[in-house]
Amino acid sequence: MPLPMPSSVDATVDLLRHGSYVADRSLATSLYLALKLGRPLFLEGEAGVGKTEIAKVLSETLGRKLVRLQCYEGLDVASAVYEWNYARQMLEIRLAEASGDTDRSTLAKDIFSEEFLIRRPLLQALEPDVGGAPVLLIDELDRTDEPFEAYLLEVLSDFQISIPELGTVRAEQPPIVIITSNRTREIHDALKRRCFYHWVDYPKAEREVEIVRARLPDVERALSEQIVAFVQKLRQQDLFKLPGVAETLDWTRALNTLDCMELTNEVINDTLGTLLKYQDDIQRIQGSEAARLLSEVNLATRPAVR
Amino acid sequence: MEKSEAPARARAPVEVFETTGTPGRLALNIMHFARTLRAAGMPVGPGHVLRAMEAVRTVGIGRRDDFYWALFSVFVARREHKELFDQAFHIFWKDPRLLERLMQMLLPQIRPDENFKQTDQPNRRLAEALAPQRLPGQGEDEGELAEEEIELDMSLTWSDKELLQKKDFEQMSADELEEAKREIARLRLPIVDVPTRRFRADALGARVDMRKTLRNSLRGGGAAIDLARKERVRRHPPLVVMCDISGSMARYSRMLLLFMHAITNDRDRVHSFLFGTRLTNVTRALRARDVDVALDKIGKLVDDWEGGTRIGHTLAEFNRRWSRRVLGQGAMVLLITDGLDRDAGDGLEEEMERLHKSCRRLIWLNPLLRYDGYEPISKGAQAMIRHVDELRSVHSLSSLKQLTQVLSQEGQRRPESVDSWVKRARKEAA
Repeated sequence: MPLPMPSSVDATVDLLRHGSYVADRSLATSLYLALKLGRPLFLEGEAGVGKTEIAKVLSETLGRKLVRLQCYEGLDVASAVYEWNYARQMLEIRLAEASGDTDRSTLAKDIFSEEFLIRRPLLQALEPDVGGAPVLLIDELDRTDEPFEAYLLEVLSDFQISIPELGTVRAEQPPIVIITSNRTREIHDALKRRCFYHWVDYPKAEREVEIVRARLPDVERALSEQIVAFVQKLRQQDLFKLPGVAETLDWTRALNTLDCMELTNEVINDTLGTLLKYQDDIQRIQGSEAARLLSEVNLATRPAVR
Repeated sequence: MEKSEAPARARAPVEVFETTGTPGRLALNIMHFARTLRAAGMPVGPGHVLRAMEAVRTVGIGRRDDFYWALFSVFVARREHKELFDQAFHIFWKDPRLLERLMQMLLPQIRPDENFKQTDQPNRRLAEALAPQRLPGQGEDEGELAEEEIELDMSLTWSDKELLQKKDFEQMSADELEEAKREIARLRLPIVDVPTRRFRADALGARVDMRKTLRNSLRGGGAAIDLARKERVRRHPPLVVMCDISGSMARYSRMLLLFMHAITNDRDRVHSFLFGTRLTNVTRALRARDVDVALDKIGKLVDDWEGGTRIGHTLAEFNRRWSRRVLGQGAMVLLITDGLDRDAGDGLEEEMERLHKSCRRLIWLNPLLRYDGYEPISKGAQAMIRHVDELRSVHSLSSLKQLTQVLSQEGQRRPESVDSWVKRARKEAA
């Protein structure tokens, strides 16, 4: 059952919560602005803090189609916007020849028609959909190069794409655009200026417990609190890659699968690979350091459990 | 809703205030707030003000935190501006007048006008240009100009001014600068281009451009199909230059900065860092076209001239804070240092390994290679040499020129035997 567009910041928080996404009010404010004023939302932050998830939750709760454009270096118009179906075009030319019909202008019109057009994500996002304008997720924009960024700038300001052989495609209702970046490269200010910007930070302990509870309701509260407290402690360490919310959820799932009721040194050492993804980091934490963190966690959480 | 907004945005700001019915004071205050942010160095323009008003109108001013985040999402576009915005917000929206008065008092110091300052206090080059009868290089040893090949080793001409902690680059003699600059400006770094995933039309290309082919064939009625071809676009990879500015490198750092300025402005995708005991990103300062302006900016930016070196520590900082942002898309790294480390190589090896694993090619430029008997025996140098792809000398202009050859080849990564390779490097440097 799709929900209506939110009409206030509170409604936006509720909307996200409906899709099991626990958002800070700051994030909800920028999202609400983006939805209300029809401009893209630009999300930056470390990997695994839930940037991509927002687009998925939006499309689910609002009942819109999700169109995802995963960026990579060298992404070009042919794979991001549209491409012609050459094989079918060739076939069409041969058929026309065989039937003796070689009128050039009609043939050109025939083979460069919508029938032979392969729609890629950006074009798909401009097309009307029964559920309303789609959610366009432009994921990891920092992976593309500047030329594509410049092209995107054009598309995002007018929501129209011109195809030389066919004419201009214009969105009747602009899509909801979510852009994410891991900041491996600075995105040009011209693009950011057209968007509402938000830096997605690691959540505070309280909020992270809420997130774990919302996502994995069958995990016991005490365990999830302990897990979150441990991860929060870990984020204060000097690590190359700090664990994100995605890692917290993965770890919780892993511990739940192992039927673990409480964190112990042994369990932590065995499953540290779900939390930390660099060998140096694992080596640093595994063993005595993990034990120290755990004892700190236990000291802090035990009174709350009882 | 979007359609009705668009024309309003295009109109003059005054009209927007009137038509929206936003209380005039709030609009004015937002404008003043924007100016405060701009004065504090954030890139805020009139467009931001309009969008901020729109945003505030949409969210309302019922809650202070909504108001805060609405302004945040418009005015902030970089994470590093978060703190600045936060402080400005809390001061400004308590008593805007107070801040305004403060800003007025501080303004001349916060935004020094580059041009104004230069005419106010003419630098040495300008002074020489205005008074040509004065001897070039006055106040410094005359011998420096006599040599045909300008060596970076200028121990004889080392004026005591250079011993100042904050270097005054303006005091560089015009002749000395011009000579070196001409040489260095002529340097091009022909880094070998790497294939990208983009294509361009090329009659001899290896691939068929189907789209163009079909369009062309229709011109002839589809009877004959001429193949149009395309080829991969090749592009130089990003370049990261890290230069040691500690005491032991002091005699080279002046010329190396000129060198860094030349390559930073020669191409896009160059990032430059200086390190001694701390790491400083000087890319933006070096982008200034005029070398004096650039060096002046750097002089203000860097605090650790000619102190000790903590290579491991600064590399760790680079790896943590910058590597993921500047080493993307297969960057090449030039590491300019003599490998003399105050921490005696403590923690250096791990960081070198990580750096090497994160880039396409790591080239160590070591000015000490000019001495025949040089062996990488210091702990720092030993830790480094195991993890670089190439070792070169940078003691003179000629060695800088040789660099261009190295960079124009797609050299191999980390050869098996280090010894032979050090010997070869040394022979070529001599």
